[in-house]
Amino acid sequence: MKTWITTSLATILLVGGNAWGDKTLLNVSYDPTRELYQQFNSAFAKHWEGKTGEKVAVKQSHGGSGKQARSVIDGLDADVVTLALAKDIDEIAEKARLLPTEWQKHLPHNSTPYTSTIILLVRKGNPRNIKDWDDLVKPGVAVITPNPKTSGGARWNYLAAWEYGKRTYGDDARAKEFVAKLYRNVPVLDSGARGSTTTFVERGIGDVFISWENEAFLAIRELGPDKFEIVAPSISILAEPSVAVVDKVVDKKGTRPVAEAYLQYLYSDTGQEIAAKNFYRPTNAAIAAKYASQFPDIKLFKIDDAFGSWKNAHKLHFADGGTFDQIYQK
Amino acid sequence: MTAIAPPLSVPSGHVRPVEESAWVRRSLTGLALAFLTLFLFVPLISVFYEALRKGWDVYIAAITEPDAVSAIQLTLTAAAIAVPLNLVFGVAAAWAVAKFEFRGKNLLVTLIDLPFSVSPVVSGLIYVLIFGLQGWLGPWLEEHDIKIIFAVPGIVLATLFVTVPFIARELIPLMQSQGAEEEEAAVVLGANGWQIFFRVTLPNIKWGLLYGVILCNARAMGEFGAVSVVSGHIRGSTNTLPLHVEILYNEYNFTAAFAVASLLALLALVTLALKTIVESKTREKPETAGIQE
Repeated sequence: MKTWITTSLATILLVGGNAWGDKTLLNVSYDPTRELYQQFNSAFAKHWEGKTGEKVAVKQSHGGSGKQARSVIDGLDADVVTLALAKDIDEIAEKARLLPTEWQKHLPHNSTPYTSTIILLVRKGNPRNIKDWDDLVKPGVAVITPNPKTSGGARWNYLAAWEYGKRTYGDDARAKEFVAKLYRNVPVLDSGARGSTTTFVERGIGDVFISWENEAFLAIRELGPDKFEIVAPSISILAEPSVAVVDKVVDKKGTRPVAEAYLQYLYSDTGQEIAAKNFYRPTNAAIAAKYASQFPDIKLFKIDDAFGSWKNAHKLHFADGGTFDQIYQK
Repeated sequence: MTAIAPPLSVPSGHVRPVEESAWVRRSLTGLALAFLTLFLFVPLISVFYEALRKGWDVYIAAITEPDAVSAIQLTLTAAAIAVPLNLVFGVAAAWAVAKFEFRGKNLLVTLIDLPFSVSPVVSGLIYVLIFGLQGWLGPWLEEHDIKIIFAVPGIVLATLFVTVPFIARELIPLMQSQGAEEEEAAVVLGANGWQIFFRVTLPNIKWGLLYGVILCNARAMGEFGAVSVVSGHIRGSTNTLPLHVEILYNEYNFTAAFAVASLLALLALVTLALKTIVESKTREKPETAGIQE
């Protein structure tokens, strides 16, 4: 009897205490942006209160980009999505019709407020002497990268390696061979970029970690420059994480003005500075120039130039039966 | 926390005299102790060591930070709903199975066991398939603005599902072994259904019931897999304690992760202590647990 009384009391108290206060936005994002949005959200809340007098709290959800898109499709009420690649937001538009398919035209730079690239993170002193992509296929080198089926970063990794293979060895067939060899050196496929970082950095598994540039810088800053170093490959992909307002959700919740202002603020000088400080490459040229020295100089190619579009790349490589399924089944 | 409860009473009839030499006995005991130390005590201590490494202030700050408080609240809420519901269901199911014969009894017992045999991830996914926006009931729920998954109800449902067997499984063997004679006697003496339940059945099973509640509660608070699938991982609103630990760990916030983990470890220790007390009670006086108490 006593349990009953206590528990029902507790329930009433707790449910009562959970009431929502002011405006709340939910930003569904991918793994490595945790620190970025922590800072950006408080800057935006200040900006918005100063402008409109309205208090806004931004809640965050993080995980592998593909998995997060899946959750939004299944009904996670995201006001805005800030995912690792355009294709994941396309999925939300196509499968759940929560936003128009031409969402990418709504914000500058194809709705990409900041960019990044893919680099190689190795242990201090580079004991395996990793210099470029072709060192990753050498026998005995353990490579850490997440699962391209669930992680956006992993798909950028895969495409960067593929393009390197294609340019170095001549054609798609050889590129496939190269990437197949590379994935044979991968001992674990985590579901998201942060999981892989933990595997490499914390659990000490692997010789080289194919990583988001920002994630690698962050790992070095958080865990000490005496443990890891960044190797800039000869060529890599320009990663364009995309952002969008989820129309159906903001219209239902009545949060459209604040959600739109939130994403636009990413393009403001403050937003761009915060991105740069978290090791994302700003799209604003002036601020990009200011922070240019912190990034390694890498020859970057665009996905549209190398693979046509995300749609093509996805169909060819990551859809069921695509090249990733073919090479990983062996 | 996930293990099925061992049988309540240890048969103490025929104990064979120990024939092995002292040397064998000692090395076996030593081996068991070494194993326990390595895989149980050391990790447990390390949780508290890591949690307190940066001092009390950091520890207190980590567990009183708003997101942590919200995770604690959500975990308590889920357990506060799941445990009483399973208490009612468990007693009713065990009563039906142990005291009556009916068609489909085996099916009922199998269904009660289902959450034990299904992976927690699957338990979570079934709710996504039913209540998700693309699921069976999704469009209807959306029209009526009802949130199940990626909200508190989904977390409670998932918790409820994985904890269903704990109380029923604890009570069924106990009630079966006690038989229905006392209840039949009560009927003959003119007691009605509620009188029989509260004055005959409940006193007989109360320690077993309490034991089931403790295990059920521990699992409800510690569940990770099923809850992770339906949570949506919204910080400050749909993260339970175990999910919050994972998030903190992934954010390089190791001290805070271990501080929150230490709360769960404390829960385990309290559960263990309660369990020991209850077990000794059950063994001491199964017969005298009478109506007066």
